[in-house]
Amino acid sequence: MDAIILQILNGLDKGSAYALIALGLTLIFGTLGVVNFAHGALFMVGAFVAVTVQKLFSLSYIEIDETRTDFLGNPLKVEMPYIDHWFGSATGAWMQDWSVPLSILVVVPFMFLVGFVLERGLIKHFYKRPHADQILVTFGLAIVIGEIIKALYGANPIQTPPPSAFLGTVDVGVMLGFEPNAIAYPTWRMVYFAFSAVIIACVFAFLQFTTFGMVVRAGMADRETVGMLGIDIDKRFTFMFGLAAAVAGMAGVMYAPILSPHYNIGMDFLVLSFVVVVVGGMGSLPGAVLAGFMLGILQSFASMNEVKALIPGIDQIIIYLVAIIILLTRPRGLMGRKGVMEE
Amino acid sequence: MLGLNSRDFKLFAIVCIMALVAPILLNPFPTDSALGQSFNAGYPALMQRFVIFGILAIGFNILFGLTGYLSFGHAAFLGMGSYAAVWMFKLLSYNVLPAIVLSVIVAGIFAVVIGYVSLRRSGIYFSILTLAFAQMSYQLAYSVFTPITNGETGLQVYNADPQILMSPGDPTSPHLFGITMNGQTQVDMGGWSFVFQNGYYLAALFLIASFYLSIRIFRSPMGLMLRAIKSNQTRMSYVGLNTKPYMLAAFVISGMYAGLAGGLLAAMDPLTGAERMFWTASGEIVVMAILGGVGTLIGPVLGAGLIKYLENIVSKINDGILHSWFSFLPDWLDNLLVTVIHPFIGKGWHLTLGLLFMAVVIFLPGGLVQGGQKIMGLFGRNKKSDAKDGAKTPAE
Repeated sequence: MDAIILQILNGLDKGSAYALIALGLTLIFGTLGVVNFAHGALFMVGAFVAVTVQKLFSLSYIEIDETRTDFLGNPLKVEMPYIDHWFGSATGAWMQDWSVPLSILVVVPFMFLVGFVLERGLIKHFYKRPHADQILVTFGLAIVIGEIIKALYGANPIQTPPPSAFLGTVDVGVMLGFEPNAIAYPTWRMVYFAFSAVIIACVFAFLQFTTFGMVVRAGMADRETVGMLGIDIDKRFTFMFGLAAAVAGMAGVMYAPILSPHYNIGMDFLVLSFVVVVVGGMGSLPGAVLAGFMLGILQSFASMNEVKALIPGIDQIIIYLVAIIILLTRPRGLMGRKGVMEE
Repeated sequence: MLGLNSRDFKLFAIVCIMALVAPILLNPFPTDSALGQSFNAGYPALMQRFVIFGILAIGFNILFGLTGYLSFGHAAFLGMGSYAAVWMFKLLSYNVLPAIVLSVIVAGIFAVVIGYVSLRRSGIYFSILTLAFAQMSYQLAYSVFTPITNGETGLQVYNADPQILMSPGDPTSPHLFGITMNGQTQVDMGGWSFVFQNGYYLAALFLIASFYLSIRIFRSPMGLMLRAIKSNQTRMSYVGLNTKPYMLAAFVISGMYAGLAGGLLAAMDPLTGAERMFWTASGEIVVMAILGGVGTLIGPVLGAGLIKYLENIVSKINDGILHSWFSFLPDWLDNLLVTVIHPFIGKGWHLTLGLLFMAVVIFLPGGLVQGGQKIMGLFGRNKKSDAKDGAKTPAE
């Protein structure tokens, strides 16, 4: 029993990342009708925003400390991070420690901007083109973004530690009445899951309970009619693209401590997230979230040693296998709508 | 002639001649000159890649160009073909004929299975399904099938392998009945030296045969049927036609082309690894076809050649070479230009590729062939031949 709970927990963090990316993909697809192969790249950009913020916070200059001396009796030169200098050493140290969560403040406006520029500058011109062209141009964009990141940050993964308060593990087992240490779970992953749950809830609430969201939903259902009612639906859809980019960016920022960012993670996650979207049903938001968590958990179950002994290699292919089975038995995915992408 | 109309025959003849005299054509600059060092492409290792990836792109074009089904997992067939060929080297002998035959057959069998499943869906679902199958093959090649694929080490021929048909005098590298693939004749003329390699010519013959077959398919009733499916599959079904067998045939033919390319890759260099099946490899095939011009006969070959050529020269150029090019400029301008260009050369090749690819998709959806036609159109030369052929899709 505890092994099962542990695997479910293990699947949750990966599942939340899949769910967040798939949610953004579905938002873009549902509103703009564009298949965005560059969405994984946006996730990656988010992760590198966390890297950048961490680097910026540790930028420092050399200061001469008169109160201390080195072994020759000269005044000691110490490295003084700029933020320590500006905000005092206590706040500065705290900011360095908490750089990953603080990056969210940067990433949201930044990704909104990136999304806005992308949509107005590139994607806009592809609404009338076939889906194959949209896939191809965003695929090219994903290559370009990945390579720019590689040129700027190098090809090696960059360690991005979480705040030290979240470094340890939580003993979930004790809370559920198992032996101590039966189910130990890294705290940051717990935070990640909670964070994603909040984001997902916010997106749904935004769509469900605000006037803006209601108009967007109406536009998803019937764009022309909404336009005829005198509402500038394009502007709102552009905003939704920015929102989807911001969601991917936040997913990336918070994932940086779990998986050290490198220039290829965007592609790795994109392929899987697309499978998630297709399994969940193209154009269905709850489907994307459900499928994201489901596939994450399935993947972690498949990597149990007992399962691997039974079917070798299953952990590598389980997601693709599930996708194939689902697509063949339920052609529209778990919760897909009729007539989406079926020309 | 050869069952082709005069226009197609002309194209076919051009491709034949180009393929056969490529070692000379691709060496326009004297071998030891600076330009020759950077821009000559007439050496065997590169020319082999031109023709082999040309075959691959022709095959991909039969699927995507004719039917509009975008497969994102075509590299899987390439990888399977390579594995099959290397296994033939291991088990029988270094003769390439059984290796290539088996690689085509193996790729064909897998294409039947994968195609049968994937073709039940269309549009993006088809792309995702093929991608899923290719990724599965890649992951499995790395994990469970290690006894067959030799995992990360890559599959190669060892001395301990049985090689039952190997007789003592046989060459110990891939050969065709005694003619070794890496055997070559070098002809020196003035400052030029031309290398004619056996392996290249074998691959070139396969390219010519593949190209001929692809023309015949394009012009056959089946080709017409596939195009009809592309323009409106629903209508074809309403007319009472079962489109599945046609689609599957196109998919399998396309897969077998990829298998042939994989077999040839292994014949040129008898080792292979799972990275040939990775999805970036599939992406590269798509890029080649799009860049050249999807749905045209010659486009994919051009695209494959251009990409492999650019990859080669762009990765070779470094800052030193740039400085020597711009040495006539004032120093500050020289340095500025080198700094600007630096991210795009050498290791930055993929960045250049991505930008080039985006530019083509945005501005020139018909690829190089369409670009060529636009330029020709400016000079008003090709109007007559177009009119004769009647209304066709633009780039044909």
